[in-house]
Amino acid sequence: MMPTCLALLLQGSVTREYNVFFWVMVALCGAVGTGIAAFLVYCAWHYRRRSPNELPPQISMNIPAEVTWIAVPALIFISMFAYGLKMYFDLERPPDNSEDVYVVARQWMWKTQHLGGQREIDTLHVPVGRAIRLNMISQDVIHSFFIPAFRIKQDVLPGRYTSIWFKAVVPGTYHLFCAEYCGTEHSQMIGWIYAMNPKDYQIWLQQGAAEGSLASTGEKLFHQFGCSNCHHFSGHGRGPNLRGLYMRPVQITTGQTVVADETYIRESILQSRAKIVQGFQPIMPTFQGQLSEEQVAALIAYLKAIGPAPGEEMPSGPGEEMGDYGGIRPDLSEPVAPATKPGAR
Amino acid sequence: MATISIAEPPRPAPARPRLNYLTEKTGLMSWLFTTDHKRIGLLYVLSITFFFFFGGFFALLMRLHLLLPQGWLFGHETYNKLFSMHGIMMVWFFLIPSIPNTLGNFVLPMMIGAKDLAFPKLNLLSWYIFMLGGLTTLYALVRGGVDTGWTFYTPFSTSYSTTFVIAAAVGILIAGFSSILTGLNFIATVHRMRAPGLTWYRLPIFIWSTYATSLILVLATPVLAITLAMIAIERVFQVGIFDPALGGDPVLFQHMFWFYSHPAVYIMVLPAMAVVSEIIPTFSRKPIFGYKAVAFSSMAIAIIGFLVWGHHMFVAGESAYAAMTFSLLSYMVAIPSAIKVFNWTATMYKGSVQLDTPMLYAIGFVALFTIGGMTGLFLAALGIDVHVTDTYFVIAHFHYIMVGGTVMAFLGGVHYWWPKISGKMYPEFLAKLSALTVFLGFNLTFFPQFILGYMGMPRRYAAYPPEFQVLNVLSTAGASILGVGYVVPLIYLIWAWKYGERAPDNPWRTTGLEWKTPSPPPKHNFDVTPIVTWNAYDFEAQKEELQLG
Repeated sequence: MMPTCLALLLQGSVTREYNVFFWVMVALCGAVGTGIAAFLVYCAWHYRRRSPNELPPQISMNIPAEVTWIAVPALIFISMFAYGLKMYFDLERPPDNSEDVYVVARQWMWKTQHLGGQREIDTLHVPVGRAIRLNMISQDVIHSFFIPAFRIKQDVLPGRYTSIWFKAVVPGTYHLFCAEYCGTEHSQMIGWIYAMNPKDYQIWLQQGAAEGSLASTGEKLFHQFGCSNCHHFSGHGRGPNLRGLYMRPVQITTGQTVVADETYIRESILQSRAKIVQGFQPIMPTFQGQLSEEQVAALIAYLKAIGPAPGEEMPSGPGEEMGDYGGIRPDLSEPVAPATKPGAR
Repeated sequence: MATISIAEPPRPAPARPRLNYLTEKTGLMSWLFTTDHKRIGLLYVLSITFFFFFGGFFALLMRLHLLLPQGWLFGHETYNKLFSMHGIMMVWFFLIPSIPNTLGNFVLPMMIGAKDLAFPKLNLLSWYIFMLGGLTTLYALVRGGVDTGWTFYTPFSTSYSTTFVIAAAVGILIAGFSSILTGLNFIATVHRMRAPGLTWYRLPIFIWSTYATSLILVLATPVLAITLAMIAIERVFQVGIFDPALGGDPVLFQHMFWFYSHPAVYIMVLPAMAVVSEIIPTFSRKPIFGYKAVAFSSMAIAIIGFLVWGHHMFVAGESAYAAMTFSLLSYMVAIPSAIKVFNWTATMYKGSVQLDTPMLYAIGFVALFTIGGMTGLFLAALGIDVHVTDTYFVIAHFHYIMVGGTVMAFLGGVHYWWPKISGKMYPEFLAKLSALTVFLGFNLTFFPQFILGYMGMPRRYAAYPPEFQVLNVLSTAGASILGVGYVVPLIYLIWAWKYGERAPDNPWRTTGLEWKTPSPPPKHNFDVTPIVTWNAYDFEAQKEELQLG
């Protein structure tokens, strides 16, 4: 495997579409630019001053010409805008079957965690043909997760999750760069993406298996930090029932409704008084400074893994097989069972 | 405020060569306490030339360092300080004041038939404030420099950097007041001091564009001041504004910073467009094509330019719908720029084109600005931007606008008005040769960087993977040529100031009011306030006077 940064190949799922769009724009702008340059040279030569007192005809306005060179660029610009927007919205929406990976950035390293519990530093192993959704957060300053070969980039912020997804197509080793200046060793914050055949990937996963899946780590933390004392999965605790919380709309005491995404869940753990769920008291202690970003990620993975359906699909307790929850995301089209609504009185 | 006198009594014929603004008073104090817009313009020329070569020297050191993939001249921290100080020097102490405060100061009152700017003392104060800001920033540099980049992104700048962030921020903040005062002065002058008969639609495009620039200076700069003050407050008092660890929002900083800094790009390029809009008609001997389209496109750029800041943040964590809006608006701001390019080329069409040095720079400007503008279309396309933002593609793009655009136009303008400023001609052949050197050196420096960016080389890297080396070496070679292209004019212009051939009052035989005064002009520009009965660039109306046709 060798670095393949000169990317005209189809390394990632959007690389091909990107390259086509990019080079169409190069061709279009190149043609217009060459035309303008040629016209400048033509004028400079053909209309060169032939006698020092020469006074050329004083043409100074032509409405049809003005209208043309306003309207034609405007139409071209709108097409560029529209196609760029389409590609961007595609990047915003990960496919439903994408696999979650948690990324924690810090000066000057990338820490990645798989749902199976495997942890890496400055590397990320992924299977080809599978969409990978990255949930990213920074421990300190702003970084930016950039895989040139896959044509994707997303800033990684402190205090808030951002995400992006990609799908590797061709097995290989690809650069991972930090693209947002983050201090002295910014240029050393370089990692590698190993895109592997699914078989090789399975072997790698088994070799790298940690103490347990990310969700099982989260479950241990859930008990260790006493979360389970108040947040019961059946009946009523002093805190809201967290089953099926992920991506559910939650009514908070200000009357607003917020979607329980990664950032909301993290905030509710670390700054527990920020957004109180309707019908509950602000009694939860803050866990700021007690949990690392990796541990928060594990808790989020746990909450995602315990799934949305109470009663029917009651997990017997996440044990070794929690790794199988990898890749399962709640089906958002399903209405959430009212019994789990924490605001219910 | 200086007043317009309709007519002064004609003076008796001078026995000695008549005094001009340079010879009327001499001595250091006559310069340090001058309120003459022309002398203040020259003070700015000296100051920004110093800052330009200072910032340029940093750039050259960076390019030399990047000859080898692992870098070889500096440690990473030093390299980071170099690019930070390069950006800070070039943006705030060269590009922003470059054309408005030098050429604008010098020619704007003359172009509208005025004796001076509306507030001459404020103009001098503006220079002192600028120098105070510059020296404060230099102090930050001497004490050990800044490593935040010129963008001061939080929370790195507020909670992590251990360098002299506050000193640099204070220097920039101070210089901002100079920008505001100059902008105010220009706006008041254009409104109140135009010669009789000089209606808005008879104004040279230079005035329109400088006026648009002044609006941005006055409206955007205060936001920069607020933002920098907030950085200092968070850094010193640990008040959580931007750092999430203190309860702040780091993306808020980017919104505030770019709310100033994107319009600031137009502060840099609108005056360049202003200069080119004077040079091309003069050396084509034709009125500018589509006068109103060009004039209004300057205003459109100034206004829409305030609404596009979010295009710096497509991958920074702003919402998809915000990104969509900013992308669309960015394409809208490209339309007036395109209008200008087409009208400049149409001005040459069927003209009487003379390729003197200013015209070479102007044509170079149009070509490079077109490349810079069109690569901006790539960056405005959301899906394309995701990959190339924060890479060398962006570096190349904005250097095509700011160096290929603004610096080319600045040099063109300096040569164009040099006979008026100094009363001397520059050596034409050497000047043409260095214009060509600048053009070639510039392209060799920055064109490879587009490719580097497309290949994925991130910006602000003190070391890089070896596959990027060939293009980096090319870029460094270009930078060396470009450096020569900048030093040669510095030398021959100083030479020409003393030994150049005496310049006639109107060496290019063109129409503007500034050419109807002696070279160099007397202290109050005009002996008799001109009465304007013609449109800008109206060669037909002045053909007897100019002995054309």
